Amino acid sequence: MESSSGPGGRGRKPPPAHEPRRAIDEARLRQQAIGVKLRQMFEQVVNEPIPQEFLDILRRGDEALSGADED
Amino acid sequence: MKTEREAANGGASPAMEGRFKRELVALIPHLRAFARTLTGDQASADDLAQDALMKAWDARASYQMGTNMKAWTFMILRNQFYSEKRRSWRQTQLDQEAAERTLVAVDDPQSPVALDEMRLALAMLPAEQREALILVGAGGFAYEEAAEICGCAVGTVKSRVSRARRALQSILEAGAYPRDGRAASEAMGAILAAVEHMAQTR
Repeated sequence: MESSSGPGGRGRKPPPAHEPRRAIDEARLRQQAIGVKLRQMFEQVVNEPIPQEFLDILRRGDEALSGADED
Repeated sequence: MKTEREAANGGASPAMEGRFKRELVALIPHLRAFARTLTGDQASADDLAQDALMKAWDARASYQMGTNMKAWTFMILRNQFYSEKRRSWRQTQLDQEAAERTLVAVDDPQSPVALDEMRLALAMLPAEQREALILVGAGGFAYEEAAEICGCAVGTVKSRVSRARRALQSILEAGAYPRDGRAASEAMGAILAAVEHMAQTR
Protein backbone atom coordinates (compact mmCIF):
# COMPACT_ATOMS: atom_id res chain seq x y z
CA MET A 1 0.00 0.00 0.00
CA GLU A 2 1.30 3.38 -1.01
CA SER A 3 1.79 5.99 1.56
CA SER A 4 -0.11 9.22 1.11
CA SER A 5 1.72 11.03 3.82
CA GLY A 6 3.38 13.40 1.35
CA PRO A 7 6.70 13.67 -0.48
CA GLY A 8 9.56 11.76 1.00
CA GLY A 9 7.21 10.10 3.48
CA ARG A 10 8.89 11.70 6.40
CA GLY A 11 6.18 10.24 8.60
CA ARG A 12 6.10 13.08 11.10
CA LYS A 13 2.82 12.94 12.88
CA PRO A 14 0.89 16.14 13.51
CA PRO A 15 0.70 16.99 17.19
CA PRO A 16 -2.19 15.05 18.75
CA ALA A 17 -4.32 18.00 19.75
CA HIS A 18 -7.09 15.83 21.15
CA GLU A 19 -4.89 13.90 23.55
CA PRO A 20 -4.50 16.33 26.45
CA ARG A 21 -8.25 16.68 26.58
CA ARG A 22 -8.75 12.94 26.49
CA ALA A 23 -6.21 12.57 29.28
CA ILE A 24 -8.09 15.10 31.40
CA ASP A 25 -11.40 13.36 30.74
CA GLU A 26 -9.90 10.03 31.63
CA ALA A 27 -8.36 11.38 34.82
CA ARG A 28 -11.74 12.80 35.76
CA LEU A 29 -13.45 9.50 35.03
CA ARG A 30 -10.92 7.66 37.15
CA GLN A 31 -11.40 10.03 40.07
CA GLN A 32 -15.14 9.63 39.72
CA ALA A 33 -14.68 5.87 39.70
CA ILE A 34 -12.64 6.04 42.89
CA GLY A 35 -15.32 8.16 44.52
CA VAL A 36 -18.06 5.73 43.61
CA LYS A 37 -16.06 2.77 44.86
CA LEU A 38 -15.22 4.56 48.09
CA ARG A 39 -18.87 5.24 48.80
CA GLN A 40 -19.75 1.67 47.88
CA MET A 41 -17.17 0.36 50.30
CA PHE A 42 -18.51 2.57 53.09
CA GLU A 43 -22.15 1.79 52.32
CA GLN A 44 -21.43 -1.90 52.34
CA VAL A 45 -20.59 -1.70 56.05
CA VAL A 46 -23.42 0.76 56.75
CA ASN A 47 -25.86 -1.75 55.31
CA GLU A 48 -24.68 -4.62 57.50
CA PRO A 49 -27.09 -5.53 60.29
CA ILE A 50 -26.12 -3.94 63.61
CA PRO A 51 -24.39 -6.53 65.82
CA GLN A 52 -26.30 -7.18 69.05
CA GLU A 53 -23.34 -6.06 71.20
CA PHE A 54 -23.94 -2.48 70.12
CA LEU A 55 -27.58 -2.51 71.13
CA ASP A 56 -26.63 -4.19 74.42
CA ILE A 57 -24.39 -1.24 75.27
CA LEU A 58 -27.32 1.16 75.06
CA ARG A 59 -29.65 -1.25 76.84
CA ARG A 60 -27.17 -1.45 79.73
CA GLY A 61 -26.99 2.33 79.66
CA ASP A 62 -30.76 2.46 80.03
CA GLU A 63 -30.74 -0.02 82.90
CA ALA A 64 -28.05 1.93 84.72
CA LEU A 65 -30.16 5.01 84.23
CA SER A 66 -33.39 3.55 85.61
CA GLY A 67 -31.37 1.96 88.45
CA ALA A 68 -29.99 5.37 89.31
CA ASP A 69 -33.47 6.92 89.16
CA GLU A 70 -34.74 4.45 91.72
CA ASP A 71 -31.97 5.34 94.20
CA MET B 1 -15.62 14.98 90.89
CA LYS B 2 -18.89 14.06 89.31
CA THR B 3 -18.79 11.31 86.73
CA GLU B 4 -20.20 12.04 83.30
CA ARG B 5 -23.04 9.66 83.99
CA GLU B 6 -24.06 11.44 87.16
CA ALA B 7 -23.85 14.76 85.38
CA ALA B 8 -26.03 13.38 82.60
CA ASN B 9 -28.62 12.09 85.00
CA GLY B 10 -28.84 15.48 86.58
CA GLY B 11 -30.03 17.28 83.45
CA ALA B 12 -31.84 15.63 80.57
CA SER B 13 -35.52 14.68 80.59
CA PRO B 14 -36.55 11.08 79.78
CA ALA B 15 -37.93 12.30 76.43
CA MET B 16 -34.59 13.87 75.55
CA GLU B 17 -32.77 10.72 76.61
CA GLY B 18 -35.06 8.70 74.35
CA ARG B 19 -34.51 10.96 71.39
CA PHE B 20 -30.77 10.97 71.97
CA LYS B 21 -30.74 7.20 72.10
CA ARG B 22 -32.78 6.80 68.91
CA GLU B 23 -30.47 9.13 67.03
CA LEU B 24 -27.44 7.35 68.42
CA VAL B 25 -28.77 3.94 67.32
CA ALA B 26 -29.32 5.30 63.82
CA LEU B 27 -25.66 6.34 63.71
CA ILE B 28 -24.23 2.96 64.73
CA PRO B 29 -23.89 1.68 61.13
CA HIS B 30 -22.01 4.83 60.15
CA LEU B 31 -19.73 4.62 63.16
CA ARG B 32 -18.94 1.01 62.29
CA ALA B 33 -18.13 1.98 58.70
CA PHE B 34 -15.87 4.84 59.75
CA ALA B 35 -14.12 2.63 62.31
CA ARG B 36 -13.57 -0.03 59.65
CA THR B 37 -11.73 2.43 57.44
CA LEU B 38 -9.59 3.64 60.33
CA THR B 39 -8.50 0.25 61.64
CA GLY B 40 -8.78 -1.80 58.46
CA ASP B 41 -10.22 -4.91 60.08
CA GLN B 42 -13.64 -5.80 61.35
CA ALA B 43 -12.89 -7.05 64.86
CA SER B 44 -10.86 -4.09 66.06
CA ALA B 45 -13.16 -1.71 64.19
CA ASP B 46 -16.17 -3.01 66.10
CA ASP B 47 -14.26 -2.76 69.39
CA LEU B 48 -13.43 0.83 68.55
CA ALA B 49 -17.00 1.66 67.50
CA GLN B 50 -18.38 0.10 70.71
CA ASP B 51 -15.98 2.13 72.83
CA ALA B 52 -17.02 5.25 70.97
CA LEU B 53 -20.69 4.40 71.45
CA MET B 54 -20.16 4.00 75.19
CA LYS B 55 -18.29 7.29 75.36
CA ALA B 56 -21.01 9.08 73.40
CA TRP B 57 -23.68 7.67 75.71
CA ASP B 58 -21.74 8.68 78.81
CA ALA B 59 -21.12 12.15 77.41
CA ARG B 60 -24.72 12.72 76.33
CA ALA B 61 -25.09 15.56 78.80
CA SER B 62 -22.48 17.53 76.89
CA TYR B 63 -24.26 17.06 73.57
CA GLN B 64 -26.53 19.86 72.45
CA MET B 65 -29.69 18.49 70.91
CA GLY B 66 -30.23 19.73 67.38
CA THR B 67 -26.53 20.10 66.56
CA ASN B 68 -24.76 17.69 64.24
CA MET B 69 -24.76 14.43 66.16
CA LYS B 70 -23.09 12.50 63.37
CA ALA B 71 -20.08 14.83 63.40
CA TRP B 72 -20.04 14.74 67.21
CA THR B 73 -19.95 10.93 67.37
CA PHE B 74 -17.39 10.68 64.57
CA MET B 75 -15.18 13.06 66.53
CA ILE B 76 -15.50 10.88 69.62
CA LEU B 77 -14.64 7.78 67.62
CA ARG B 78 -11.68 9.42 65.98
CA ASN B 79 -10.31 10.70 69.29
CA GLN B 80 -10.71 7.23 70.74
CA PHE B 81 -8.84 5.72 67.80
CA TYR B 82 -5.87 8.06 68.16
CA SER B 83 -5.66 7.84 71.93
CA GLU B 84 -5.55 4.04 71.66
CA LYS B 85 -2.96 4.39 68.96
CA ARG B 86 -0.81 6.58 71.16
CA ARG B 87 -1.02 4.06 73.97
CA SER B 88 0.41 1.32 71.84
CA TRP B 89 3.74 2.17 70.21
CA ARG B 90 3.58 -0.90 68.02
CA GLN B 91 0.45 0.48 66.48
CA THR B 92 2.43 3.09 64.55
CA GLN B 93 3.62 0.31 62.27
CA LEU B 94 0.16 -1.18 61.94
CA ASP B 95 -1.05 0.46 58.75
CA GLN B 96 1.96 -0.53 56.71
CA GLU B 97 2.16 -4.02 58.19
CA ALA B 98 -1.53 -4.67 57.71
CA ALA B 99 -1.30 -3.51 54.13
CA GLU B 100 1.66 -5.76 53.43
CA ARG B 101 0.06 -8.78 55.09
CA THR B 102 -3.13 -8.30 53.15
CA LEU B 103 -1.26 -7.83 49.91
CA VAL B 104 0.19 -11.27 50.41
CA ALA B 105 -3.11 -12.75 51.56
CA VAL B 106 -5.02 -11.36 48.60
CA ASP B 107 -2.77 -13.17 46.15
CA ASP B 108 -5.69 -15.37 45.24
CA PRO B 109 -7.08 -15.38 41.71
CA GLN B 110 -10.56 -16.17 43.02
CA SER B 111 -10.86 -13.11 45.24
CA PRO B 112 -13.26 -10.40 44.09
CA VAL B 113 -11.11 -7.56 42.88
CA ALA B 114 -12.41 -4.04 43.06
CA LEU B 115 -13.55 -3.48 46.65
CA ASP B 116 -10.67 -5.43 48.13
CA GLU B 117 -8.19 -3.51 46.03
CA MET B 118 -9.75 -0.27 47.20
CA ARG B 119 -9.41 -1.34 50.85
CA LEU B 120 -5.77 -2.27 50.33
CA ALA B 121 -5.00 0.95 48.54
CA LEU B 122 -6.72 2.94 51.30
CA ALA B 123 -4.73 1.11 53.95
CA MET B 124 -1.55 2.31 52.28
CA LEU B 125 -2.42 5.99 52.61
CA PRO B 126 -1.18 8.05 55.55
CA ALA B 127 -3.85 8.00 58.27
CA GLU B 128 -4.69 11.70 58.07
CA GLN B 129 -5.23 11.53 54.31
CA ARG B 130 -7.33 8.40 54.62
CA GLU B 131 -9.67 9.82 57.25
CA ALA B 132 -10.10 13.11 55.36
CA LEU B 133 -10.96 11.30 52.15
CA ILE B 134 -13.39 8.95 53.88
CA LEU B 135 -15.18 11.72 55.76
CA VAL B 136 -15.63 13.88 52.67
CA GLY B 137 -15.73 11.26 49.93
CA ALA B 138 -17.84 8.59 51.61
CA GLY B 139 -19.19 9.88 54.91
CA GLY B 140 -21.06 12.77 53.35
CA PHE B 141 -19.41 15.50 55.44
CA ALA B 142 -18.68 18.99 54.17
CA TYR B 143 -15.05 20.11 54.31
CA GLU B 144 -15.93 22.36 57.26
CA GLU B 145 -17.44 19.47 59.21
CA ALA B 146 -14.51 17.19 58.41
CA ALA B 147 -12.16 19.92 59.62
CA GLU B 148 -14.03 20.10 62.90
CA ILE B 149 -13.95 16.33 63.32
CA CYS B 150 -10.21 16.16 62.62
CA GLY B 151 -9.40 19.29 64.60
CA CYS B 152 -7.63 21.05 61.76
CA ALA B 153 -8.14 23.89 59.28
CA VAL B 154 -10.54 23.58 56.35
CA GLY B 155 -7.69 24.18 53.92
CA THR B 156 -5.75 21.34 55.49
CA VAL B 157 -8.67 18.97 54.94
CA LYS B 158 -8.98 20.10 51.34
CA SER B 159 -5.34 19.47 50.61
CA ARG B 160 -5.40 16.10 52.41
CA VAL B 161 -8.40 14.98 50.40
CA SER B 162 -6.83 16.04 47.15
CA ARG B 163 -3.51 14.36 47.98
CA ALA B 164 -5.37 11.23 49.07
CA ARG B 165 -7.28 11.09 45.78
CA ARG B 166 -4.12 11.39 43.75
CA ALA B 167 -2.26 8.85 45.87
CA LEU B 168 -5.12 6.38 45.71
CA GLN B 169 -5.25 6.66 41.97
CA SER B 170 -1.54 6.05 41.55
CA ILE B 171 -1.57 3.14 43.99
CA LEU B 172 -4.41 1.53 42.07
CA GLU B 173 -2.81 2.19 38.71
CA ALA B 174 0.84 1.71 39.36
CA GLY B 175 0.89 -1.98 40.08
CA ALA B 176 0.84 -1.96 43.84
CA TYR B 177 -0.53 -5.47 43.42
CA PRO B 178 2.04 -7.40 41.46
CA ARG B 179 0.23 -10.67 41.03
CA ASP B 180 0.91 -12.11 37.63
CA GLY B 181 2.34 -9.53 35.32
CA ARG B 182 -0.97 -8.25 33.95
CA ALA B 183 -2.12 -7.00 37.30
CA ALA B 184 -0.75 -3.46 37.14
CA SER B 185 -3.92 -1.82 35.89
CA GLU B 186 -6.30 -4.62 36.81
CA ALA B 187 -7.69 -2.93 39.87
CA MET B 188 -8.39 0.32 38.07
CA GLY B 189 -9.87 -1.59 35.15
CA ALA B 190 -12.26 -3.46 37.42
CA ILE B 191 -13.28 -0.26 39.16
CA LEU B 192 -13.89 1.55 35.87
CA ALA B 193 -15.93 -1.36 34.58
CA ALA B 194 -18.08 -1.30 37.71
CA VAL B 195 -18.68 2.43 37.35
CA GLU B 196 -19.57 2.12 33.67
CA HIS B 197 -22.05 -0.56 34.60
CA MET B 198 -23.55 1.69 37.27
CA ALA B 199 -23.77 4.60 34.84
CA GLN B 200 -25.64 2.43 32.37
CA THR B 201 -28.12 1.15 34.88
CA ARG B 202 -28.75 4.58 36.40
